[in-house]
Amino acid sequence: MTDTAVNTGEVAVFWICSILAVAGALGMVLSRKAVHSALWIALTMINLAILYVANSAPFLGMVQVIVYTGAVMMLFLFVLMVVGVDSSDSLIETIKGQRLAALVFGLGLAGLLIWGIANGLAETNSVGLDAANAADGGNVQGIAHLIFTKYLLAFELTSALLITAAMGAMVLAHRERWTNPPKQKDLSIDRFLGDGHPGNLPNPGVYARHNAVSTPALLPDGTPLEESIPAPVRARMDAQPVDHADVRDVHEIAEGAGE
Amino acid sequence: MNPSNYVILSAVLFSIGTIGVLVRRNAIVVFMSVELMLNAANLAFVAFARMNGNLDGQVVAFFVMVVAASEVVVGLAIIVTIFRTRRSASIDEPNLLKY
Repeated sequence: MTDTAVNTGEVAVFWICSILAVAGALGMVLSRKAVHSALWIALTMINLAILYVANSAPFLGMVQVIVYTGAVMMLFLFVLMVVGVDSSDSLIETIKGQRLAALVFGLGLAGLLIWGIANGLAETNSVGLDAANAADGGNVQGIAHLIFTKYLLAFELTSALLITAAMGAMVLAHRERWTNPPKQKDLSIDRFLGDGHPGNLPNPGVYARHNAVSTPALLPDGTPLEESIPAPVRARMDAQPVDHADVRDVHEIAEGAGE
Repeated sequence: MNPSNYVILSAVLFSIGTIGVLVRRNAIVVFMSVELMLNAANLAFVAFARMNGNLDGQVVAFFVMVVAASEVVVGLAIIVTIFRTRRSASIDEPNLLKY
């Protein structure tokens, strides 16, 4: 039986989506930051959804978009926010030569799989799902028919699995409080007896020429106050010293105002 | 174009996922690589379903998605729990079970 399902349009869809999917997968492995990895793999998953639809599996395509790019990737990003966005990978190899060995292993696996598949399936023609989809009136109806007859036990077991997973996640993520939560009085005592700054920190500098949050405020004696820059901005500036050009600017402005 | 190209694409994605699991040290990225491998297997299931002309492959892919979703939930909860006690998401850190 010849396969009439693969037409020119599908060939174009296949090449565009497969190249994008592989690019997303490579970007996921290669990018240093975990958030970038998450975005790359979202690209891969969306392209896989399009390929499912091209393979006459519209139901799975929609489930892929909703479950994977919707729920699973959101969960990944949420956990990344909890764990800390800046938790990038260390480049130290704990086992010597592990990276090279992994690369050789992975490329070998890819070579064996592709060689085997290309040899084994070269003569295969696909039957196509048009008849199977039409038998029950549609793809969704066909899958529902199978789930509720042939795979009913497996389907029932997945409900137990989902409930167990939800319970497990709740138990694992739950933190028991051993002490009473601190009251406002305790917080106030901590604030004033502790080492930190009791009140609000001063705002960053807002001047005529610079009103960026990365510009420090000036103390009365003209020295810049680094604490006035918000801590995340300070961390991103990579322990850069305070820009003294800004300070000079401020002095110039002050002198000009006095004249 | 032969429909087996889809299976070859799935093999490529699976291998990239394997390399990711072996190379990366961040637990969350390792997890994403596992997800990529599951997705690649799903693509192979869908392609085989089309080649054979019945929907069983699609049903199995659907079950894989359900299992992957619950796996992600539990796995990420474990990562968060480890992060809370060890302040690290690196898979080199939790070596306490060794001793």
